[in-house]
Parts: sequence; structure tokens; C-alpha cells
Amino acid sequence: MTTEDDRRVRIDRLKWHCRRSLLELDLVFQRFWARYGEVLGTDDETVLTRLLELEDHDLWAVVSGKQAIADPDLMRLVERLRAT
Amino acid sequence: MSYTVRKFDAVVVGAGGAGLRAAIQLSEAGLKTAVLTKVFPTRSHTVAAQGGVAASLGNSEEDNWHWHMYDTVKGSDWLGDQDAIEFMCRKAGEAVVELEHYGMPFDRVDNGKIYQRPFGGHMSNFGEKPVRRSCAAADRTGHAMLHALYQRNVKVNTEFFVEWQALDLVRDAEGDVLGVTAMDMETGEVVVFHAKATIFATGGAGRVYYSSTNAFINTGDGLGMAARAGIPLEDMEFWQFHPTGVAGAGVLITEGVRGEGGILRNADGERFMERYAPNAKDLASRDVVSRSMLTEINEGRGAGPYKDYVYLDLTHLDPQVILKRLPSIHEIGIQFAGVDCLKEYLPVVPTCHYQMGGIPTNRFGQVVVPQGEDKAVPVPGFYAAGECACASVHGANRLGTNSLLDLLVFGKSAGEMAVDYIKTNVKAHKPLNLESVEKTMARLHRLDNQKDGSNVHETRMLMQRTMQKHAGVFRFSYLLKEGAAKILEVADAVAQTGIQDKSKVFNTARIEALELDNLIEVAKATMISAEARKESRGAHVRDDAHDTPETPDGRDDANWLKHTLWHRDGNRLEYKPVQMKPLSVDTIALKKRTY
Repeated sequence: MTTEDDRRVRIDRLKWHCRRSLLELDLVFQRFWARYGEVLGTDDETVLTRLLELEDHDLWAVVSGKQAIADPDLMRLVERLRAT
Repeated sequence: MSYTVRKFDAVVVGAGGAGLRAAIQLSEAGLKTAVLTKVFPTRSHTVAAQGGVAASLGNSEEDNWHWHMYDTVKGSDWLGDQDAIEFMCRKAGEAVVELEHYGMPFDRVDNGKIYQRPFGGHMSNFGEKPVRRSCAAADRTGHAMLHALYQRNVKVNTEFFVEWQALDLVRDAEGDVLGVTAMDMETGEVVVFHAKATIFATGGAGRVYYSSTNAFINTGDGLGMAARAGIPLEDMEFWQFHPTGVAGAGVLITEGVRGEGGILRNADGERFMERYAPNAKDLASRDVVSRSMLTEINEGRGAGPYKDYVYLDLTHLDPQVILKRLPSIHEIGIQFAGVDCLKEYLPVVPTCHYQMGGIPTNRFGQVVVPQGEDKAVPVPGFYAAGECACASVHGANRLGTNSLLDLLVFGKSAGEMAVDYIKTNVKAHKPLNLESVEKTMARLHRLDNQKDGSNVHETRMLMQRTMQKHAGVFRFSYLLKEGAAKILEVADAVAQTGIQDKSKVFNTARIEALELDNLIEVAKATMISAEARKESRGAHVRDDAHDTPETPDGRDDANWLKHTLWHRDGNRLEYKPVQMKPLSVDTIALKKRTY
């Protein structure tokens, strides 16, 4: 596989991991991918992978602004999600 | 394209509450059990269930299963099978205690017993007054339940296949079910899971509607697979809607917003509920509000470019009150409607929430089909539970908190019956029917080689808009008739979908095309069943079903007290009687459903 193929597989896997149990999260991630899908860097991929490890209710609490998250990298990504 | 075969005693498709509960039964019996799931188990849509599990424990006040049964039959508008409803309500306490023993962190009262809260439609003394019957774990009941069930499965060595898409049911010439075909998303590999028993617990198909509260994973995969394998779908005309979802998104806006003074307005800004419910106005019951909204839209007074939603106005309320009492609504408006509800109207539309119909089963979770005079003959080796199944306990309308109970009771029941079937009837795997497997391979081949195929996203959107307009919360006979023709045209387009990306590894375009194959079966079943049922009952409400002494609220027991069975082959309909005889008590007699 080429480097580009590798990236496509990683992105597709991440996209699938953004399919969540709550509609609210599905919608937020759908917008995020529409905006950033083509330009997401490898650092972003790493941060997103970490964010997706959160349980869905916790993730929504963070994305909807009800809860803060201490990690500055995760918080920057959350702010992008909220602003998309 | 090639495939491999793997053998298990049992295969469970779906790892939400029903699938996980069924798998515990199988693995605890020492059977080699595979669970296939599209997403990690604790990301199944059961997570979204917040209300609790209904069980007449009587921890806070007097309660018993007879009252719970009465409420469920009444809630179902008498379409629920009374034997299955008695079974479920009697088993509820046991189901909750089992879950507690698995580690479910239920809320407690001071004496250590499980805390119970009241919930809509659950009453004491046969409808007299509300009763505390719902057992909950804060507002994360479904989530906590999945964790408890998943951990129990890990303990008993259930084998999970995560990120696998089930494709088709495998049946032999005698109709016995021998497993499923499935695709590993990671590699694109197709595997036949050859099993002595197969349990479907694939959840609902709420994504069939344009406006739906359901997560994207709810694509009715089990229903599509069953329909393609010649199993009819039962009572698919019955869908529960919520009056106010954000238009174009589906995210729920709680009824509390109208309780705090929110007003519904049409495109002209008119407070239209004054015409439909002069006293209650915007606080009228869910069905009256939904029907009024739909009438406004259908008569051309809807807002937006398609005139397909109305407005919820909060702009006259004190912003501090909104931000204090309804903080999530402000956020939802910004996130999903791009609207600041302190200054602008929110676009809202009645939104699909729960599917009452499904794969027909009896109270043991066995999938049953009509054969001659007998309308409920078990299919050997095939079981279903949860929202994908129709036992039928919800009938024409589900009571809140009965859905989590349904998946616990019938998940266990299906698991128990599968264990019994494997241990007493099936000594060895029956030979695989390769013809059945080839149908899957042909479907995949068609998708990969389709020339000038229809666009998956656009075709799904067309299906969803057709369903929303023609078979929505309030149904108009002329729209149903048109819809039945239109949905068959959409089905033709679905049969010719094409994908640009033919890669094997994590090809989400292929998965979405395969999901659409399942959704369209649900769409056809719903539209055709709804067009045929010429009455109003529960969640199925028609404009031409009139309120008369013989047909109160349009419900026509003389002609329509029966279950619909939709067959994919020729879109044929047949009917079977409602089981009015409970197991041990007198029939709950028909009467008008009023609250």
C-alpha cells in the first residue's frame, strides 16, 4: 500500500469510530469530517483517537460544553468540534 | 470473491442490551458463542435509553405485575399479545435483580432497595394514578446496563467480533436457519458464521425517516436480512414519534420547553395550536400536537425551503429562565439548528423515535412465521429479541421504560430457548446451503460492479423524505397511497446503487450501501402496511378513520384487531389474530384508551 492508501485506511477507520450511540455525537462528527476530512493531519488523528476513547455520555458532556477537559490538546479539538 | 466458514454453536447479531443478555445465557451454558457487532458493544444505541427499566418491585409504594400488565395492554391500544405481556411483566422483577447481581449500579433509597421513579403511562390499581415503577441508574440507565452485561459476557467467555457487518441469513432448503454471512470491516473478508442457533438483536431502523432521534447505526440490519430470507415483518406501520425534534437533525427537544412557555408557530408566525386545542394550546397531548403540526405542514403553512417544519418560539421568555431551566436547549439550538433560541425561532418537526413492529416472535423469542392455518410456526434455529423483534408486547404504542425491560426479558428468553434447542435437538451442524451463501456473494458482486449506479447518499435521502412525508406521525390516506407507489420507485434505485471506492479495508461507502439495502425493506414494509390499515390505533393515526361510537378515536376492532404480516415477496400482506388470552389471568377487555 502507498502512504496515501495508508492514510485513507486510517481516516476511514477513525470515521467509523465516530459512529456513536448518541445521535448528537453522530451529527457533530459528520460536520467535522465534512470540514476537516481532507486536511486532518497525523497529530490531529492521534488526538481524535484519544478523544474517541471517552464514553459517549462523557464525550457529549464535553462537546456540549457541560464539562471541561483538562488535557489542552483534547480541549483544542473539542473547541473545533463545537465550532464546526 | 471468496469466503471462509467458521463454526460456532450459536451466533448473536448485535451487541446492545438484547444481544448481550442473550449471549450470557448461551455462554453460561458452555456453548461456543459468537457475537457480531458493527460498533463496540458499549456504543450500541441502548446507551441512549435514560428513563429506566419498568418492574413492579413495589419498593416505594404498592405495585404488582397485574397493574403493569394492564398499563402495557392499554398502552398498546390492545394490539399487544396478552400472553407475551403477562410473561414480560411477571418476569420484570427477576430481570432487574439479575442485572443488579451482574453489577448494575441502580439508584437506591435509604433502606438500600432500588429507587423507583414514576414514568408516563405506568399507573397503580388499573389506571388509577401514577406509580413509581421505573428502576434507573441516574440518567445513564442504558449505558450502565450495557457495561454490566458486557462485563458478564467477558467473564463467561463470549467471543466478540467487533466491527463486523452481518450481511444475510443462511437458511437451508427446509427453511432452518444455519447462521449468517458477515463482513469484517477491517479486511473486507466475508465469513460464513455457521451456527446451530442464530439470534438477531440488531435494534431498530429509525434511520428510515428523515427526522429521527436514532443514532446512525440504527439501520434495521436484522429486519432487512430477515425479509430477504423470506421471513415476514410484523406490524411495521407502528412507529412512535416525538412532536419536537430539531428539523433536519432529529435531536430531541424535551416537552419541558413547552411547559416553560414555548409556543409553536407556523411560517406566518401564527400560534396555530390555539385553533386545534383552544384550552391546552401548546401543552396538548403528544399526538394532538404532532397531528396539528403535520396538518399545518401539509396545508402549506410549514416553514423553510421545503415548507416542511414549524417553529418553536422561546424568544418571549426571559433569557435567564431559559439558560437556567433549559440550558441544553440553548446549546442544541446552536449546535443543530444554527439558531440562538433566545433571539430566533427553533425549527421543529415530529420525529421518529421507536419501532414497535419487527421480526415476528413468540414470548420465547422464537421467530415465528405463518404456515397454512397456523400463523405462528417457529423457524428452527432462529430467534430475535429487542427492538428488531415483535413479541408483541408494545402493540400499537410502547410505554416508556418497557423497551429496556423487553430486551432483558426476551433477550434472556431467546438465549434460553436457543440453549434448549441446541442441547436437545441439534447434535451436529446441519450441512451449509451454499446456494444461500451465494446470494450474499452475488449482492456484493452487484454492488462492486454496478455501472452508472445511483448515489447511496441521495437515494437514502429520497427514501427518508418519502417516509417522512407519506408515512409520518399523522397519516393522510392520499399520501399513503402515493407513498406506496413512490417507495417502490425508491426501491428500484436502491437495487442499483453504485460505489466509487472498491477497496476492501474499512470501506465505509460499501457499508452504507449495504445498510441502505436493509433500510429499504423496512421502508416498504412500513408504507405498504400503513396504507392497508384503514383505522387509527396507537401510533398509527389516519385522517380518514373517524371517531364514531363503533370506532372510538378511529379504532376499528371489528375489522382491524389483528397483526399485519408484510412479505417482501410481492409486497404481500396477510394478517394474524392478536393473542387476547393471557397465561393465567382473565383477558383485559377492549375499551377506549383514555388517560
